[in-house]
Amino acid sequence: MIEIENVRKSFGPLEVLKGINLTVQKGEVLTVIGGSGSGKSTLLTCINGLEPIDSGRILVDGIEVHAKTTDLNKLRRKIGIVFQQWNAFPHLTVVENVMLAQVKVLKRSKAEAEAEAVRQLKHVGLSDKLNVYPSRLSGGQQQRMAIARALAMSPDYMLFDEVTSALDPQLVGEVLDTLRMLASEGMTMICVTHEMKFAREVSDRVAFFDKGVMAEIAPPEELFGAPKDPELRKFLAATH
Amino acid sequence: MFNYNFRWAQALNSLPQMLEGALVTMEIAILSMAVGIVVAIFLTVFRLSGQRVLAAVATIWVEVARNTPALFQIYMVHFGLGSFGIHLSPYLSLLIGITFNNAGYLAENFRGALKAIPDTQTRAARSLGMSAGQAFANVVMPQMLRISFLPMTNQMVWAILMTSLGAVVAMNTDLYGVTSDLNARTFRTFELFAIAAVIFYLITKAITLAARLLAARLFRY
Repeated sequence: MIEIENVRKSFGPLEVLKGINLTVQKGEVLTVIGGSGSGKSTLLTCINGLEPIDSGRILVDGIEVHAKTTDLNKLRRKIGIVFQQWNAFPHLTVVENVMLAQVKVLKRSKAEAEAEAVRQLKHVGLSDKLNVYPSRLSGGQQQRMAIARALAMSPDYMLFDEVTSALDPQLVGEVLDTLRMLASEGMTMICVTHEMKFAREVSDRVAFFDKGVMAEIAPPEELFGAPKDPELRKFLAATH
Repeated sequence: MFNYNFRWAQALNSLPQMLEGALVTMEIAILSMAVGIVVAIFLTVFRLSGQRVLAAVATIWVEVARNTPALFQIYMVHFGLGSFGIHLSPYLSLLIGITFNNAGYLAENFRGALKAIPDTQTRAARSLGMSAGQAFANVVMPQMLRISFLPMTNQMVWAILMTSLGAVVAMNTDLYGVTSDLNARTFRTFELFAIAAVIFYLITKAITLAARLLAARLFRY
């Protein structure tokens, strides 16, 4: 369970999260929508401790992320994150990309790590690209590799930060299919996305962020069907 | 005025000795590069560490190495330390002096290379649970070394040429030292130094070529 309690965060004079309260249950798929600068991506990087917060607290399975005593490296094994920019490690082949953290962080043997890497890469449809370098992959393939790399750590939670925003339109589908597959397998996921159709299909709940505030959160049929927040109405009108 | 008689055959008789000197020159260059790269990596980490003392040590090292003559650096290792009663052999003084110079230049190259690696690489590595050290060693450093490969090759060539500065610490077993000693005994100045120059040239060309082949093998991405 991820519990976010009254989290505030500023970058200089700009307050990007103005007291967010949110709980994500195990097995839940939450999508977060909203305009750019609404704070939704920042929230994800706060959840895995890449960004500090100013006040409030975030608990993952009861462990306070930003407590001084928390071993963030250990906590991050539970939480996979995939970014808009896929960040393939260019000096490693696809299979090595997926093996690296398993060997270094989880201390798996090379053979174990490779077997798991192959399994995950097969899962995301990249079994024919194991030994090529990322520069030979399309954006969509690199993004799927990044997903496999995160999944190979056997995380309990997956955070997706606008994973299709940097992709060419024709490559978006393959990545969304991968996310749909994960959702159907019961992975607990928070997806920040601009893909409304996707949000509507896969989510248990959808949250709308506006200027650092979670303006509305509801099951998709309710949020898309009968939006209450006026900003959300404007946002949906503009994106449809 | 031009009544100098070339005696190439006589000079070439000394070729085996000069080639032995060339081996010493290569040995010093290779050792000074190997140690220099390791030290430069440490200096780079010091500068990234945010520890003020370590960062200052690294900055001073780089500044001195790059902004004072290499000849002074070697001289200081031998005679400067000698003033404090630390007496090093000419070989060791030259090796340490060149290593000091290499490390300074390489650290600066590494810093430039780091700027070309996006922060998101470290972020991605950290988000997979790697510590800062693991992220640097496994993700950032390999890319840094790859980007710096050409400057490293240049520095290796420079290290070969810098061995001739051993002259100031009475180094006499490297290529320059051997040539200089032969000259003192035979006065075939032009021939001997021309041969030495050719050997220097061939060594540096060989290094450039070897580096290119190595790069093709190492960097397939």
